[in-house]
Amino acid sequence: MKVYLDNNATTMVDPEVKAAMDPYFTEIYGNPNSLHDFGTACHPALRKAMDHMYEALGARDEDDIVVTSCATESNNWVLKGIYFDLIKNGEKDHIITTEVEHPSITAVCRWLEEQGVHVTYLPVNQDGIVEAHTVRDFITDKTALVSIMWANNETGAIFPIEQIAEVCKEKGVLFHTDGVQAVGKIPVDVIKAGVDFMSFSAHKFHGPKGVGGLYIRNGHPLTSLLHGGEHMGGRRSGTLNVPGIVGMGKAMELATYYLKFEEENVRRLRDKLEDAILELPDIYSVGPRENRTPNTILVSVRGVEGEAMLWDLNRAGIAASTGSACASEDLEANPIMTAVGADSELAHTAVRLSLSRFTTEDEVDYTIEQFKKAVERLRSISSSYAYMPESMKDKQGEGATHG
Amino acid sequence: MAKQDLIGGSIWEEYSQKVQDLMNNPKNQGELTEEDAKRLGGELIVADFGAESCGDAVRLYWIVDPKTDKILEAKFKSFGCGTAIASSDTMVELCKGKTVDEAVKITNIDVEKAMRDTPETPAVPPQKMHCSVMAYDVIKKAASLYKGVDMESFEDEIIVCECARVSLQTLKEVIRLNDLKTVEEITDYTKAGAFCKSCIKPGGHEEREYYLVDILAETRKEMEEEKLKATADKQASGEEISFNDMTLVQKIKAIDSVIDESVRQYLIMDGGNMEVLDVKQNGQYTDVYIRYLGACSGCASSTTGTLYAIESVLKEKLDPNIRVLPI
Repeated sequence: MKVYLDNNATTMVDPEVKAAMDPYFTEIYGNPNSLHDFGTACHPALRKAMDHMYEALGARDEDDIVVTSCATESNNWVLKGIYFDLIKNGEKDHIITTEVEHPSITAVCRWLEEQGVHVTYLPVNQDGIVEAHTVRDFITDKTALVSIMWANNETGAIFPIEQIAEVCKEKGVLFHTDGVQAVGKIPVDVIKAGVDFMSFSAHKFHGPKGVGGLYIRNGHPLTSLLHGGEHMGGRRSGTLNVPGIVGMGKAMELATYYLKFEEENVRRLRDKLEDAILELPDIYSVGPRENRTPNTILVSVRGVEGEAMLWDLNRAGIAASTGSACASEDLEANPIMTAVGADSELAHTAVRLSLSRFTTEDEVDYTIEQFKKAVERLRSISSSYAYMPESMKDKQGEGATHG
Repeated sequence: MAKQDLIGGSIWEEYSQKVQDLMNNPKNQGELTEEDAKRLGGELIVADFGAESCGDAVRLYWIVDPKTDKILEAKFKSFGCGTAIASSDTMVELCKGKTVDEAVKITNIDVEKAMRDTPETPAVPPQKMHCSVMAYDVIKKAASLYKGVDMESFEDEIIVCECARVSLQTLKEVIRLNDLKTVEEITDYTKAGAFCKSCIKPGGHEEREYYLVDILAETRKEMEEEKLKATADKQASGEEISFNDMTLVQKIKAIDSVIDESVRQYLIMDGGNMEVLDVKQNGQYTDVYIRYLGACSGCASSTTGTLYAIESVLKEKLDPNIRVLPI
């Protein structure tokens, strides 16, 4: 059996999305900026797609949802745009973000630091989030922007976006949220939340890869990242990715339709999988369940290194993910595990399982069985588990839930 | 960067078949007990190295014949990724039947080579090389326990890069001999820093005592100081120094002196003059930036004949790689 439990990395394109995109590759292939009928033929579909996006995200007509190539571009655009608009001219010099953002935020922040920008990286608490009052404490009159993710890619922890937006508004600071892991998993209303900017990416909610977007609240200038033709109202140049936009619009429509299903069925399967895994001794899940995206589990298996666990799951046909150092280029311990205060013994033992609306009960049952097998095998080899004193085995990782 | 670097692969695709087989079915995984030692007539050694908090930990069991120092039986337990398990297993295989002194000579490079499918293809991708280092360390630990000595006594040199086993001495020599100026060059020449990258600079996978950036800076500083001292000594003894061996200050002085002696008077005769604004080392060239004064300024010959004459004099008297650039 093949089971895909890495939906926070990317998702399968929904067949309905693919069907909606198909005509725009070979039949209606004109450039939407052309004057002739071939060009204008795709306009109705583009308008419809934009309608779906505005509706799904709760944006107003006067706001902008600019289509980009991915959330990495959206994140780069906000940070670099604000740098050119508010920082380079000496008006402001400070940005606030968190220690657990996606690299498309943290790497840009590091680059901005090289340009002389002062960046504060807020640590997360034991639940893997940053509270609004913490953000308030760090805002100064030199703060240009606060950029905090809506939901975390590894833990699924949902950040208190509304309260953070409230604090930013009160202090007169712009607020951007990376909504990549929230859109399609939990209700996202940009107006209700009060955000100024929000990034998102189609391939995280069963849309195609290579297309994403940036919500920009009405009235906010943002220096363009891509200059050229007058596409996207002059905000982002580049020939419109017609099939991509159509696909993202359809995926948004479906994501909205399936939100209830996500909340009920995906959550039920996730909980079933998590409960079964936590029945094993010395396994911890990170972050309280009620404040997590309904599809995500991050577990730590004491005595088993993350990549080894992934290897065994992969042999069983199950795709999962790890923040384990050994599976990455930089060999650093998983920053999330360190951030939530899990003891250092657990920093290398994280395994992430992320479901989708396409995950079935049978797949979950099979995963439970194979997960247990893998833990058993690797613990039998482990030099640290077999000889761990009993007192240590019962020790609960701080910030983690004991199974 | 090149075509093959643009679409990254999975590190798993770079594991040799041997590594994969050992990850799936380690042959030497297990424990040895006092009973086993008694049965085989040997001494039980249990050595631990690494820690779970560092991402790798291994426990090595040996049963050693006290009469011959031969390792009669060996097993391991490992907390680590698949390559750590495979490396530990291979290390144990290599230990069996050897004497303790022979086993200590097994390095992580031997372990990695033993896991190759073909002699020319590495068994693991570069960043996984550190997994085999632990295998080497635990052997030293076991040997130190058996012999009742310190682990350090098995090392006769300071190893800076554990993955490629490059010593401090070697690094310093290579930097000097080849006039290396960057860490990338050091890696190209020695392979140090090509694997887990911990030894390049602080903040990597593990803390190191020595880092390539510091060794490079220190060695370059020593080389610079030695060069200065050699030049000063030559000068003091009245020996002629070649233009290339001079410091920048000495070069400026030499250029000024040649201009004063052989150029300026001719310019003054025609109501002009010149001054040296700056001297910059540009690779093999020494660029001399000048400004014309008086009648020379704006003279048609200042960018042709006069310029050629000034440059020729400097080239002839000092160095053929001098270029004169009027501003």
